[in-house]
Amino acid sequence: MAEQAPGPLLRVEGLSKRFGERTALHEVSFELGAGELVAVVGPNGAGKTTLLSILAGVQSADAGTVGGLAARGPREVGWAPQQAAVYARLTVRENLRLFARLERVGDPAAAVALMLEQTGLAPRAEDRVESLSGGNRQRVNVALGLLADPLVLALDEPTSALDPGQRARLWDFVRTLAARGKGVLFSTHHLGEVRRYASRAVVLADGEVLFDGPPAELLLLPEAQGAEDLEGAFLELLRARGHA
Amino acid sequence: MRALLAKDLLILRRSRLLVAVLVVYPVAIALLIGLAISRGPGKPKVAIVDETPPGQTVQVGSRRVPVSAYAEQLFAQVQPERAATRAQAIEKIKSGEVLAAVVIPPNIAARLGSGLKQAQLEVLYNGNALEQSLVQAQIESALAQANIGFSEQIQQAAAQAIGALLSGRNLGVLGAPELIGLGQIPAKLDGIIARTPPGADRRALEQIDTFASFAARNLTLAKNVLTTIGQPIRVKTTLIEGRRTPLNTFAVVVAVAISLMFVCVLLASGGVALEREEHTLARLARGLVSRSGLLVEKALLAAACSAVLAFAMLAGIGAFVALDWGRVGQWLAALALGGLAFSALGVAIGALAREVRAASLLAFLLSLPLAFLALVPSGAVGAGLSDVIDVISFVFPFKATLQALDAAVNGAAPSLPGPLVHLAVLTVAFGAMARLWLRRVD
Repeated sequence: MAEQAPGPLLRVEGLSKRFGERTALHEVSFELGAGELVAVVGPNGAGKTTLLSILAGVQSADAGTVGGLAARGPREVGWAPQQAAVYARLTVRENLRLFARLERVGDPAAAVALMLEQTGLAPRAEDRVESLSGGNRQRVNVALGLLADPLVLALDEPTSALDPGQRARLWDFVRTLAARGKGVLFSTHHLGEVRRYASRAVVLADGEVLFDGPPAELLLLPEAQGAEDLEGAFLELLRARGHA
Repeated sequence: MRALLAKDLLILRRSRLLVAVLVVYPVAIALLIGLAISRGPGKPKVAIVDETPPGQTVQVGSRRVPVSAYAEQLFAQVQPERAATRAQAIEKIKSGEVLAAVVIPPNIAARLGSGLKQAQLEVLYNGNALEQSLVQAQIESALAQANIGFSEQIQQAAAQAIGALLSGRNLGVLGAPELIGLGQIPAKLDGIIARTPPGADRRALEQIDTFASFAARNLTLAKNVLTTIGQPIRVKTTLIEGRRTPLNTFAVVVAVAISLMFVCVLLASGGVALEREEHTLARLARGLVSRSGLLVEKALLAAACSAVLAFAMLAGIGAFVALDWGRVGQWLAALALGGLAFSALGVAIGALAREVRAASLLAFLLSLPLAFLALVPSGAVGAGLSDVIDVISFVFPFKATLQALDAAVNGAAPSLPGPLVHLAVLTVAFGAMARLWLRRVD
C-alpha cells in the first residue's frame, strides 16, 4: 500500500527560466502527490530537463515557487540525470558510499546495503561502473538519487539508452518506489511508457504546459479528435497549439 | 571535502598510465630543457683546407710570422677536421661530417705581406636556413677570434720593428752593422750642430734634428696605437644586482619549475574536467559540495602531488648538483606557492573545458609556450615584443615560480617574498576565474 502524505509532495507554481533570449520555462505549474508517477512529455527543447534540474536543486528558477513537503530541503528530491552521473573508475559500492557520505546519510553503510538490495545490484557491488551495462549503470544512477531516502524522485529520460528488457526491469523498480509512497517525476519521449506507467502526464512545449492530467484524457481533448493513439493525440495537440 | 579527496586519490591510483605519463613526461621534458640550457653551444666541427705551401711566412719588419700560426688560431676555435682539397671539404659538408669548411688560399702570405690587399678566406657551408644562420654565426665568431690572435702576432712583430727603429738594435741579420736608433739621433745631432759654424750646413742639420725628434715622438705613439688597434676595447663585466646563478643550478630550477607546472596544470584541469565529463558535477553542485569547495579540493590535490614530485626531483638532482640544503624551508615555500598558482590555472582550464582530453590539450597548448616565453632573455627580442612577453609572463605563474625557485634554491634576485606574493595574487585571480566558469554545470 502506498503511504499517503497529507498534502502534495511538490507544488510547482509559475516556474519560469530564461537562458539569454531563449525562454526555457514559462509559468509552469503542476502538483505531484505521494505514490504518483507523473510523466513530463514534450519534444526536444521543451524544457523537460530544465524543469527537473530546477526541482532537483541543480539550477535555480528566475521566477515562481516550488512548495510542498519535498520543498523542505534539496535532499528531499532525489535526482537521476539523463546521462548516468557516476564515477566510472569506482565500483558500484564505492560510488554509493561516496554519495551517501556527501548526502550526510545517518548510516552510510546501511543506506548502501539497502540500495544494493533494492536495485538488485548486490552481485555487482564490487564491479567498477565502467564494466557495467547501460541498464545497470542507470540503476546505479537511480540508486544514487535514492540514497538519502527522498520523498520525490526526479528521473530525466531514465530509459533512453536501455533495451526493452532493461526498461521493463527499471520500470518495475520505479513502480515499487511509487507503491512505497514516493512521488516519481520522469521525463520521456516514449508515449508508450507514459500510457503504461504514468498516472498523470504533463505535456510541455517551448517551456509551456499544454496539458496536465491522466494520459487517457489526452485522447479526449478537442484538439486530439481523430487521433488513433496517445502519440497521435500528442502530435495533434502540439500542432493545434502551434508547437509542431 | 575529505570524501571527495579520498575519491580522487583512489581514481588517481587506478589510473596508472595517467600517473606514469604525468610523472615521466614532465621529468623527461624538464631534463631535456635543463640539459639544453646548461650546456653552452659546443665548438663547430669545421673542415680546414690549408692550401698554403709549408713553412710560408709573412715578413713584418725583420720578423717572419708563419702563416701556419693563423691556421693554429683557427683550429683552437673549432673542432678542426683536416681536408686535403676543397673538393674533399665539400664532400665532408655534404655528408654532414662537418658543418662547414674554411679554405686558406695559397696566396694568403703574399696578400698579408703586401700590406695593401686584405687576405681572403673561403667559407663553405650547407643546410637549411636555421642551420645556415647558426653555422654562419659560429664560423664568423671563430674566424674573428682567430683573426684577433693572428693580428696580435703581427702587431707584436710590427711593434718589435718600430722598437728597433727607435732604439736602433741589431736587426738580427748576420754581419749587418749595428743600427743607430731614431730616438738617439737628436742627441747626437745636437753635439754636431754645436760644433758646426752658423751657415747653410748648420741650418740643414737643425732641420734634420727637428725632423728626427718629431719622427721619434710619433713612432713611440704609433707603437702604442698598434696595441690599441689590436684590441681597441677591453670588457670588464659587473653584475649590478642579485647573486650570480651558475648555469647548471639555474637549469635545475628550470627543470623543476617545468615539472611542477605540467603536473599541476594537467592534474587540476583534468580533475575538474572529469567531474563534467562524468556528469557528476551537476550531482555534486546540488548542495552536496560547494563549487568553491570542489575547486579548492582539486587545486590542493594537484598542488600537493606536484610539490611532492618536484621536491623529489630537487632531492634527486641534489645528488649530482651541489644544492644548499640549509634553504630547504624556502624550497618548500616556493614549491607550495608555485604549485597553488599552477593548480589555480589548471582548475580554471578544467572549468572551461567539457572533457578531460580537451582540458589536457588546452593545458599543454597554454603551458608550454608560456614556459618558453618566460625563458626568453629580455635583450634577445625587440623592445615591443619584449614588453608583450613581460606582460604575458607576469599574468601567468611560470616566471614568478621560476623566480621564487631561483631565489629559494640559489639565493638569486629578486628575493623570495616578492615572487611568493605575486604567486599568491595569481592563485586568487585564477581561482576566481575558475569559480566564475564553473557556474555552468551542464
